[in-house]
Amino acid sequence: MAATPLLEVHDVSVEFATHEGAVKAVSHVDLDLMAGETLAIVGESGSGKSQMLLGLLGLSARNGRVTGSARFKGEELVGATTKRLNQIRGAEIGFVFQDPMTSLNPYLTIGRQLTEPLTMHRQIDRATATSQAIEMLNAVHMTEPERRMRQYPHQLSGGMRQRVAIAMALICRPEVLIADEPTTALDVTVQAQVLALLREVRERFGTAIVLVTHDLGVIAELADRVNVMYAGKIVETGPVEAIFYRCRHPYTEALERSIPQLGEERLERLVAIAGNPPNPLHLPPGCAFAPRCPYRLEMCDRRIPSLEAVGTGHLKACFYEGAMDRMAEPA
Amino acid sequence: MTASPRQASHQAVVGSPAVAPVSAPAGRSLWADAIARLMQNRFAVASAILLGVIVSAAIVVPWISPYNYYTPQWALLDLPPTWHGGHIFGTDDLGRDLLVRIMWGCRISLFIGLVATVVSVVIGVLWGATAGFVGGHVDSAMMRIVDILYSVPFIPFVIVLVVMFGRDLFLIFVAIGAVSWLDIARIVRGQTLSLRNKEFIEAARASGVSGPSIVVRHLVPNLLGIVVIYATLTVPSVILFEAFLSFLGLGVQAPMTSLGVLVSDGASELQSYPYLLFIPALFLALIVYCLNYLGDGLRDVLDPKER
Repeated sequence: MAATPLLEVHDVSVEFATHEGAVKAVSHVDLDLMAGETLAIVGESGSGKSQMLLGLLGLSARNGRVTGSARFKGEELVGATTKRLNQIRGAEIGFVFQDPMTSLNPYLTIGRQLTEPLTMHRQIDRATATSQAIEMLNAVHMTEPERRMRQYPHQLSGGMRQRVAIAMALICRPEVLIADEPTTALDVTVQAQVLALLREVRERFGTAIVLVTHDLGVIAELADRVNVMYAGKIVETGPVEAIFYRCRHPYTEALERSIPQLGEERLERLVAIAGNPPNPLHLPPGCAFAPRCPYRLEMCDRRIPSLEAVGTGHLKACFYEGAMDRMAEPA
Repeated sequence: MTASPRQASHQAVVGSPAVAPVSAPAGRSLWADAIARLMQNRFAVASAILLGVIVSAAIVVPWISPYNYYTPQWALLDLPPTWHGGHIFGTDDLGRDLLVRIMWGCRISLFIGLVATVVSVVIGVLWGATAGFVGGHVDSAMMRIVDILYSVPFIPFVIVLVVMFGRDLFLIFVAIGAVSWLDIARIVRGQTLSLRNKEFIEAARASGVSGPSIVVRHLVPNLLGIVVIYATLTVPSVILFEAFLSFLGLGVQAPMTSLGVLVSDGASELQSYPYLLFIPALFLALIVYCLNYLGDGLRDVLDPKER
């Protein structure tokens, strides 16, 4: 790949100082985002996927500390001034949050909230901002956009609010859209609509999307490349087909096994991953997944595996090299 | 399906691939919206009208009345309310027309009440919202300042001010304002702390809104409801505060008067001339009631969900 990535994340860690000690939510993560591509980050709750992205934009909680390097179009984001970050946020990197019920201000009309990023980032008058907002509402397929502009968030349904949130994130035509579990809080039918919308947005505006999710179905729908995170580390990364059909990390396999399958002959008991994610305060000395791993080797408890190539653009962090078959049938 | 005009226009917009027409309204403001809805609350409207009547009377009556608030009429001491001779509320123990004195009292009390409240709300909201939003050491420092000011005893503080600067209406504003913003700051800070972690604040940050703008554009509208309630409670308490200062001889200076002064003067003659207490007290009560109803109505309409 000759093109330089839009967003280059190198060795980024996010730590939170707590009373019980430093919690390393994200440790030494590398990832690249190319222009126009959709990159998925998948993992269980608490695996650090959201915190990493918030950290990149300087949105970590007060006790958080971000180290490493994240270059957006060659410009370093880690340690950038708040002023500069404010210019980038919203204008060049849009952000969609998980729950549209809480991510819109209940006291402001849709119009006020949609035009706010425009008035912040672009020197334009109110009428132009309003017409651009209406245009964007049309683009996200809101019915009666003029009327919506005057409505309050509680007058809209969850799916409509998420459309508004997406419109808000896109209104300044950013090159990167970060969607933090954009469908988790929605009904299944609405989820499909929002995914279709994201796909359309990608085609229409050429926006690169970073999609954070724990839903592998969403990834199959949308992603070009997938990063699997566990306990703050990327454990496997690769093109979406490789991750789905040739996954090489036990955790990825376990995630895939835990999706209910429609149309199977025998209705099996849903496979859950045994045990719990590790406490980030007391990570095991070796591989963080080892205590839950059916393929565990002796060395897994002592050494932390590093990412190694197993195919084109496909890397895994695991010592086990054999066939992935032990999670298949739970007796 | 028959297409209503609205549907027709909507289809026209969706159908056109070009930019939507600019004719769209720029979104009614929170306030325009709130006032339209306030009109539907009968109690609030009645209160607003009554308050309006009192205020205009307070402005007009002293101006057109043949009497003034300071000239004693030695032949007409303690005249009971009567239609004859034009003293419809009677006269006080120096023969001064009670109607004119009450209207002057309303002027002074409302003026002090409103100005001191506005000042304390502005300071209190900005102080509290900033402390709560910024948090950490800044929050601690700002709230310790509030604690320190709380601990300053009010009466000695006023006495010191009076000794230093002499008696002055402006001084009463300063004294009352300096004390009453502390409560608002505390309430607003608490509210802000709970709002700060809401996702829409995070969303505003993520779309590049700077800290001060978040406070003004996102936090303050969410605080309006509670602030309006508190402000309408503050006006009467400031009016009573002023009465208390006047009672101690630190407030409004005779012959100038205020509702508080009139009530406390009337109370001392309750047995012989009860109207000297009851009429000013009625006005004070009406003003306080109206403000409370208005505040209640405003609180309802400022919450978009109550729509």
